[in-house]
Amino acid sequence: MLTSQFVMHDEEFKQITAVIDRLVREANAKAIFLVDKNGQLIAHCGEVKDVDTASLASLPAGSIAATGGLAKLLGEKEFPVHFHQGVRDNLHISLAGDRSILVIVFDERSSLGLVKLRVKKATDELATIFEKIQKKMNQKGGTESPFADITDEDIDNLFSE
Amino acid sequence: MSFINYSSREINCKIVYYGPGLCGKTTNLQYIYNRTNPEAKGKMISLATETERTLFFDFLPLSLGDIRGFRTRFHLYTVPGQVFYDASRKLILKGVDGVVFVADSQEERFEANLESMENLRTNLKEQGYDLDRLPFVIQYNKRDIEGATPVAELQTHLNPTGNVPDFEAIARAGAGVFDTLKAIAKLVLVELKKGTR
Repeated sequence: MLTSQFVMHDEEFKQITAVIDRLVREANAKAIFLVDKNGQLIAHCGEVKDVDTASLASLPAGSIAATGGLAKLLGEKEFPVHFHQGVRDNLHISLAGDRSILVIVFDERSSLGLVKLRVKKATDELATIFEKIQKKMNQKGGTESPFADITDEDIDNLFSE
Repeated sequence: MSFINYSSREINCKIVYYGPGLCGKTTNLQYIYNRTNPEAKGKMISLATETERTLFFDFLPLSLGDIRGFRTRFHLYTVPGQVFYDASRKLILKGVDGVVFVADSQEERFEANLESMENLRTNLKEQGYDLDRLPFVIQYNKRDIEGATPVAELQTHLNPTGNVPDFEAIARAGAGVFDTLKAIAKLVLVELKKGTR
């Protein structure tokens, strides 16, 4: 049976946010997005004003998925790190654990070397947190939905304009 | 795979529009985008070729409102319909919570509908999903086309058990678009209620 839900509780969310908050400072980055491999935004920090974060999240997930397919065709397991250089901003995209993607936006205030260095430690920390989340979800009852007791009426109300 | 965030009190679900090339998947999303309040939608992303054929996917985040204090958001994706983009279709189905199959009512696309439906079933199976156990809705699009295949015939082949909710539509004009969306969103939420698949 497939687990159909990914459940994030307050405790782990705070830990994740603390890791990326520190990373954005230590790497002198502009912004950081942590995205699920399925394209859902998990957390973000830094200068994200005016950015449609939900739409942004779908793209690195698509990009990682596409290069993952490419890797398989070439007999490689995956390409875990991507770097895109722009005129003003650059993107460093890397896998963090089995299920998430770390997207760092940085400009001339930082450098690729510094970002790479800081990402390594943060990635290990994030992987540990995600393992913990997975363990919680695997526990019996761990995937109980907050929607378990919603009624048909609740659902109908969403569409009742 | 729905994503429930207790911290931000949000729930995100993924719905994929599937179907043969030029059946109207992107048109469905465009209509939804144009008719939704700005505060309820995010930016629509279309990764398309120069001739406006979907190359990888279209994406539209929609917010439906609150249920029990949780903000309910749906991420709508389309797949590229053209046969040779199968690898992309497989990627987009990852983590899907509900599927809309958009059928093309044009007589000459009858076979293409059947092939695409079979392809959907196969690609889902590869990822461990069973189409018969997934929230699933069928839309018979382009009902305004002259000489359109009768709905009953489409139903016989695409919805033989009659168990899948199905809708007639003219996506270009918007007919049936929101009925389809509401039906799939409702099925996904009912599934969430159960907790696991």
